[in-house]
Amino acid sequence: MNNFEHKHHAHCESGVMSSMLRHEGLNISEPMIFGLSNALNFAYIPFVKIGGMPLVAYRSVPKSIIKNIKKNLNIEMKLETFSSKEKGEKRLDELLSQGKIVGAQSSVYWLEYFPKEIRFHFNAHNLLIYGREGSEYLISDPVFDKSVRCSKESLSKARFTKGVMAPKGLLYYPVNIPKDIDLKPIIAKNIKKLSKNMLRRYVPIAGLKGIEKLAKGILDLKSKDRKYTKLFLGNIIRMQEEIGTGGAGFRFMYASFLKEASELFENDKILEEASKLMLEVGDEWRDFALIIAKSIKSKKDTDLDLIHDKLIQISKNEAKVYHKLLEFKVK
Amino acid sequence: MDIKNVPQDDSSTYAKMKKAIYASKEDGTIQSVGSSGWEVEEVVTRQAIDDIDENREEAYKLVHNGEKSPLYYYMYEARMDLVVLAQSTGFFKWTIKRDFDPEIFKKISHKRLLVYCEALGKNIDEIKELPKVENE
Repeated sequence: MNNFEHKHHAHCESGVMSSMLRHEGLNISEPMIFGLSNALNFAYIPFVKIGGMPLVAYRSVPKSIIKNIKKNLNIEMKLETFSSKEKGEKRLDELLSQGKIVGAQSSVYWLEYFPKEIRFHFNAHNLLIYGREGSEYLISDPVFDKSVRCSKESLSKARFTKGVMAPKGLLYYPVNIPKDIDLKPIIAKNIKKLSKNMLRRYVPIAGLKGIEKLAKGILDLKSKDRKYTKLFLGNIIRMQEEIGTGGAGFRFMYASFLKEASELFENDKILEEASKLMLEVGDEWRDFALIIAKSIKSKKDTDLDLIHDKLIQISKNEAKVYHKLLEFKVK
Repeated sequence: MDIKNVPQDDSSTYAKMKKAIYASKEDGTIQSVGSSGWEVEEVVTRQAIDDIDENREEAYKLVHNGEKSPLYYYMYEARMDLVVLAQSTGFFKWTIKRDFDPEIFKKISHKRLLVYCEALGKNIDEIKELPKVENE
């Protein structure tokens, strides 16, 4: 058995990558993983419905963290999916018996160690499997503060659930990690890339333009009934606070990445300033959530103009962060 | 967020879990700390659970009264809707709707029933009958 050490993280995919690489000798924090993989984003996709409500995402698409870290850090990684449950189970046992720790994609709903309260059908949850004892697997789930155990039956069901973003039993692990990776040029390149993406105006549903579109969607609720309005608003916050770590959580994590980056660049003032601004934006996302939670509980009519204005303000303040980041130059 | 403001609301929807959140300390450093819950998040999670419960209870009544087949109840029991069930089985929505009819469901093929069983995590005997008491 390997001497794997569990660590609590804010988000599943970045958490798995951080734990996995640390175990293999590359000490890299979760926020650094998040920043280097360009994972921050915003998307409002009204025509894709989840539980009857439009998709709101506060990060890049699932699996992009794994793929971008692989590419940007030039790490050789194996990603394997399986045509049948039996093959996938067998392969997992094989890898574990070699002493490997293995990342896996799964459905939250079928993982028995999740509390019933948050077991929803989300198929892109990531976890690390680091051992097996009898018919139980030893799991490091990054969003849990302690390591957990899971029966073979439950884990297999979660790995082979069908539907949107079906995991197909996905397993992943590093094969070769280059020595002495120079993070600085990768940081500089990806900060620039992210800022440009977020400020880009011609994709109406992504980046800051996506936030504005959602704000408009909120005004359109004026013609809808109360129940729908409240479920629509609640859904924005659930996506924000519950799935992954959500909008505010991701902003805080990116701020932490910027802070760490500023230290690597001899306390670079622009990055430090941007980190502070991003922390403030995260707080504003929390305020936005608070306004909506209050309106859901209230018996009075929802003040949709107020919610709309708050969102527009957030998109303006987030824009300031990205403009600041575009000033950053490697000396 | 300031580390002092990290909410510790012991939310019931966290079920004694903690979530990690990155927050700043006075000296400007940012680190991850555990949060035992946030009232705001609890409100919206609770709202979603209530909505699920409502649909499931309503489905139980309809099946009990013979208006819908047990499949209709088990779909909601598994926290799914027609869209998710269609995606999980690979069946067209309209064909699933047909199986909500109690008479048609009785004549359903064994093969098709097994696909439903797999998607909903039920065995073949369970899925044919409504449970005596409603599951939570």
